[in-house]
Amino acid sequence: MHIPLDYETLRVIWWALLGVLLIGFALTDGYDLGVGALLPFVGRSDEERRLVINAIAPHWEGHQVWFILGGGAIFAAWPFVYAVSFSGFYLAMFLVLAALILRPVSFKYRSKHADAGWRNRWDWALFVGGFVPALVFGVAVGNVLIGAPFRLDSDLRMTYEGSLLGLFTPFTLLTGLLSVAMLALHGAGWLAVKIEEGPVLVRARAIARIAAVVTIALFLVGGLMVARGGMGMAINGAVDTQGPSNPLLSASVAAPGAWLGNYRAHPWMVLAPVLGLVGPLVALAGITARRGWLNLAGTALATTGIIATVGCSMFPFILPSSIDPRSSLTVWNASSSHMTLFIMLIVTVIFLPVVLGYTAWVMKMLGGRITLGDVRSNPDFY
Amino acid sequence: MDMAVIELSRLQFALTAMYHFLFVPLTLGLSFMLVIMESVYVITKRPIWRVITRFWGRLFGINFVLGVATGLTMEFEFGTNWAYYAHYVGDIFGAPLAIEGLMAFFLEATMVGVMFFGWDRLSRVQHLFVTLLVALGTNLSALWILIANGWMQNPVGAAFNPETMRMEVTSFKEVLFNPVAQAKFVHTVSAGYVCAATFVMGVSAIYLLRGKWTNVARRSMMVASAFGLASALSVVVLGDESGYALTDNQKMKLASIEAMWETEPAPAAITLIGLPDVAGRTTHGAIKLPYVMGIIGTRSLSGKIDGIEELVLRADERIHSGIIAYDAVEKLKQDRGNIAARAAFEAHKRDIGFALLLKRYMPDPRQADDKQILKAAWDTVPNVPVMFFLFRGMAALGFGFIAFFAMAFYCASACRFSKRWFLKIAVFMIPLPWLAIEGGWVLAEIGRQPWAVDGVLPTFLGASSLTVPQIWATIIGFTALYGTLAVIEIRLMIAAIRKGPEEHHEPMAAAQGFAPLPAE
Repeated sequence: MHIPLDYETLRVIWWALLGVLLIGFALTDGYDLGVGALLPFVGRSDEERRLVINAIAPHWEGHQVWFILGGGAIFAAWPFVYAVSFSGFYLAMFLVLAALILRPVSFKYRSKHADAGWRNRWDWALFVGGFVPALVFGVAVGNVLIGAPFRLDSDLRMTYEGSLLGLFTPFTLLTGLLSVAMLALHGAGWLAVKIEEGPVLVRARAIARIAAVVTIALFLVGGLMVARGGMGMAINGAVDTQGPSNPLLSASVAAPGAWLGNYRAHPWMVLAPVLGLVGPLVALAGITARRGWLNLAGTALATTGIIATVGCSMFPFILPSSIDPRSSLTVWNASSSHMTLFIMLIVTVIFLPVVLGYTAWVMKMLGGRITLGDVRSNPDFY
Repeated sequence: MDMAVIELSRLQFALTAMYHFLFVPLTLGLSFMLVIMESVYVITKRPIWRVITRFWGRLFGINFVLGVATGLTMEFEFGTNWAYYAHYVGDIFGAPLAIEGLMAFFLEATMVGVMFFGWDRLSRVQHLFVTLLVALGTNLSALWILIANGWMQNPVGAAFNPETMRMEVTSFKEVLFNPVAQAKFVHTVSAGYVCAATFVMGVSAIYLLRGKWTNVARRSMMVASAFGLASALSVVVLGDESGYALTDNQKMKLASIEAMWETEPAPAAITLIGLPDVAGRTTHGAIKLPYVMGIIGTRSLSGKIDGIEELVLRADERIHSGIIAYDAVEKLKQDRGNIAARAAFEAHKRDIGFALLLKRYMPDPRQADDKQILKAAWDTVPNVPVMFFLFRGMAALGFGFIAFFAMAFYCASACRFSKRWFLKIAVFMIPLPWLAIEGGWVLAEIGRQPWAVDGVLPTFLGASSLTVPQIWATIIGFTALYGTLAVIEIRLMIAAIRKGPEEHHEPMAAAQGFAPLPAE
């Protein structure tokens, strides 16, 4: 079979698509993670909490597929990354899965009994289902930036030499909290356009303002720690961008400070961190001016910018090894075969627009602010 | 390698996959039954069919949510617990998983929200279309997952690449149109339809026995008996046994299901029942039906079905050949330009997986003597008694479902489901499809052992480099979480069934109403 795109191009496209998928997940399911984490705080009574839950109830199921698709696409396009990251971060991954498994059942089962204790327990389960994944994803990204303790043998079998507690360092806790603040802002921004005027909306706006400021502060401190912390890797000598996907054939070395090098080499990449800082400000302006579209655009830009910053800083590295630089996974040595990347690209080009199309249709069709009146009268509501 | 890590990883995978598959079959079948019921509503415009659709839709929702939640684990478990497997075959195996998400799961998960929340926002036809999309999504999901699973049973369209130390795609078309995958898909979704039809029959029978909601129950039974009969026939007739004559491993599966130790002259007889004796390599007290196996297995009177001993000898040859390929790969690791090694590899590459079987006994397969090789060849025989009895249990249940739905079909026309003995049978039948389905999965996956991917990668090499306490932690965690959810799920299901169908809801009346309605 003739493949019209060369291997290097396909690898770069799939690196970008990896970013699109992660950002797609954060933009869509981020609403539900953020709203879940905020639920016990923005809603005080059962009715108020039902208002909050029903603001995301018809959507979370579709949004969650971004997470599943992320898993599948990493498996298909970056099998090394799939194998090393999920088995390396084994117990952290279990925490995320357990929290995410709690979430769907909480949505569905909470409404089945009127008992206050029953509902309160599910509300806290929803909090866990939003807060824990948000935190752990952020911690994981922090660990990717500093590198994970793994090595590959000549059969390319991976051994991991870290522990669950080892994942939590001051820097990774900061990235974890940044992720929580960013998604709380995103979720509160959603509530600000999705529910009727009232005490819940007032609380959501207040939280959005705080979250916007915290996001900017943590992002700045994080950037400073990356610059001062000596993180970074580089590839020694000539790079074979078309070569076989075998990390041991390339020569990666630790290069402190290298995570900032891309911004000197490709100045346009500065756009990503700039968006990460401007986005929360735009959201803040939208919340204050009560402009729904401005606030939605702001939280989306913030999320996009912050995630893209990680990718741009690290390119071409995807998952560096902190104990054996040679085992580090890069865009040039960790992908699927040429043919698989091409076939998966075709599938994505056909189906991703279709998915976006019907997601937009559903959003529009079920659009409009939710009111306490709806919550009281619509028997289909949770 | 630590065998405890491998056995525990297998245990966890079996637990999580079998638990996930408690919910999937009902989703597969009930979604299409909802389409049928709602179509009747759209065509006849009679409100009773709306009540029926919404009632079964509510049960569908309770079940669907756990299917989705437990499916999350499955998508990542190849990475968390089977990392070397994920590396070794990810180039092929990852694609159907990703396509499943993109093409099928997005559709069903996005549309299911509209299905539940869109009753008052969509026209009748639009809502029916959304329900149809949910059903299509769930069934397409099953298609892609079974393409992935079918590839593990019959790995076509791929070859080992020594430069990347993994299997890579050579023909995506072959992976897609893998005959084993197609057979498994039809068999599996049909089993899901039988499961849902039996569930609807049983729950409706409870109502009829108690004289409650008889108008809903009787109509539901009509739909279920027709849908169930067609599916029960399909599950047996299109059972995936037809795929078993294809490859060495599939032949081994067939031979061990039949406990057929030696090759019989064509056409082979089928063993109805007996007692397989692994040590003596014979089956005691076998009752045989002549010719039948040859016809089922080869669709001909002249086709030969290989016995276990002959297949073991073939495995022995392939291990010898695989060792040559393994040696060549080790040489290519040292020197990518070694032409002699490259030629040796090309000649023997399709057997390299067989050399890996020896890694259970020694780090370097090249050290093996003939006795050890023969021992590894005997490892390719799965657990014969388990296969033998599981298959017979599953097949007996399969024929039982045909009889049950034929009876239901008769009852529908002869007595409109008025006979109490029939209704009692229907209630008793509820759990049986789940037994057959879980048994079928165990049969398929035990039958694949010792391979994770037939002839390519032994299961014991596929696991992640984890520690025993780590895996125990997640096994205990998943068991506690899933156990709690199972208890809640069953209680909610029973509560919803007790509560029964609600009558037609008028949105306008409620919007003006004064008394707030409680949540469901």
